[in-house]
Amino acid sequence: MAAVEVPHDEQAFLAYVQGGGQVETTDWLPEDYRRKLIKFIEMHGNSELMGVLPEREWILRAPTLQRKLALTAKVQDEVGHAQLIYRVVEDLGKPRAQCLADLVDGKAKFHNVFHYPTKTWGDVGVIAWLVDAAAIISQKALLKCSYAPYARIMKKICWEESFHILHGRDVILAMVTGTAEQFELVQEAVNRWWGPLMQFHGNPIAKEEDPMYQWRIKSQGNEEARQQFLDGYVPQIWELGLTVPDPKLRKTDDGVWEYSEPDWEELKHVVTGHGPCTDERLALRQRFIEQESWVRDIVSTA
Amino acid sequence: MIWEIFRQERKGQPFESAGSVDAPDAEFAEAWAREQYGRRGESVALWLIPRDAIHTVDKWADEFELKYRRVDGYSIKARLKEARERASAGTR
Repeated sequence: MAAVEVPHDEQAFLAYVQGGGQVETTDWLPEDYRRKLIKFIEMHGNSELMGVLPEREWILRAPTLQRKLALTAKVQDEVGHAQLIYRVVEDLGKPRAQCLADLVDGKAKFHNVFHYPTKTWGDVGVIAWLVDAAAIISQKALLKCSYAPYARIMKKICWEESFHILHGRDVILAMVTGTAEQFELVQEAVNRWWGPLMQFHGNPIAKEEDPMYQWRIKSQGNEEARQQFLDGYVPQIWELGLTVPDPKLRKTDDGVWEYSEPDWEELKHVVTGHGPCTDERLALRQRFIEQESWVRDIVSTA
Repeated sequence: MIWEIFRQERKGQPFESAGSVDAPDAEFAEAWAREQYGRRGESVALWLIPRDAIHTVDKWADEFELKYRRVDGYSIKARLKEARERASAGTR
């Protein structure tokens, strides 16, 4: 039983990761694998960083002190995730400053759901509950990522996300057990977010054809993730007396969820920088990058 | 400067690699690491180690097939069976 050597040949490397093998930063990595890793992980980092903005808007307007503190803690968690994730990207060869520059220049993507406005406190609850639920399904599948340094930090990230979902459920439960107006705020938010949520896991490309799956960066296909989301959360939505704005939504006898075709054009349009809040949020990010540059200067010369 | 962070979840448990932070000195590294790995009491101790100070060993020569050092280097089943048979047949 000789020590396992990571193969120095692209085909053998592919077979190695497809067989469940994991690699470290110091191992030989095929160029295509490295590029795909950077693209995928950078987008995750961008999403964590941009994902705090829809919630940040509500810190000052949170209904109670407890909610304000919880939301602040959540924002701190997400920014912390972005820092850890950008470190992983940096070790793969792309500096954090470059990631941030590409983000604000609109050259890099972030998740569709963070391009939309947070209209009411109901949206904050739905984001914390359902958007985070959709995200944690993707993130749990990354615990098995072929790139071990990424898989390792996902442990901490998933652990903190589980608190976020509970926080979201608590916000939702407080509202659905409150006044009729509060219930209505939640229902309206579910209606607004359902489309983006159904687009979140991406088009139903067969996983064998998905390069991110081929390299075992992801360990599940897009449709698999969406089905898991529907299976876990539609019953939770229904049991609260809320409805889902899709008349075709149902679980068939063989356990598969049927639904109306998500708007893939909208998804494409939004993630390429044309969402309702894309410009405003990138401008805010840009402003803070400039405003806080003195901190980076001081720390880097300390 | 990159610092590798190892965290210990409970007293007596091994320290586990948890990620890294970029900080100019130990004081800043500690501040970042405390925020990342300790703000919910999820670690009882942290090791912060400058990445450059880590000496990695990941090449293993196996010319001698060191099987005699491991449990999978020993197959006693057939011999044990033979020994038992001999003993019960009284040929010992």
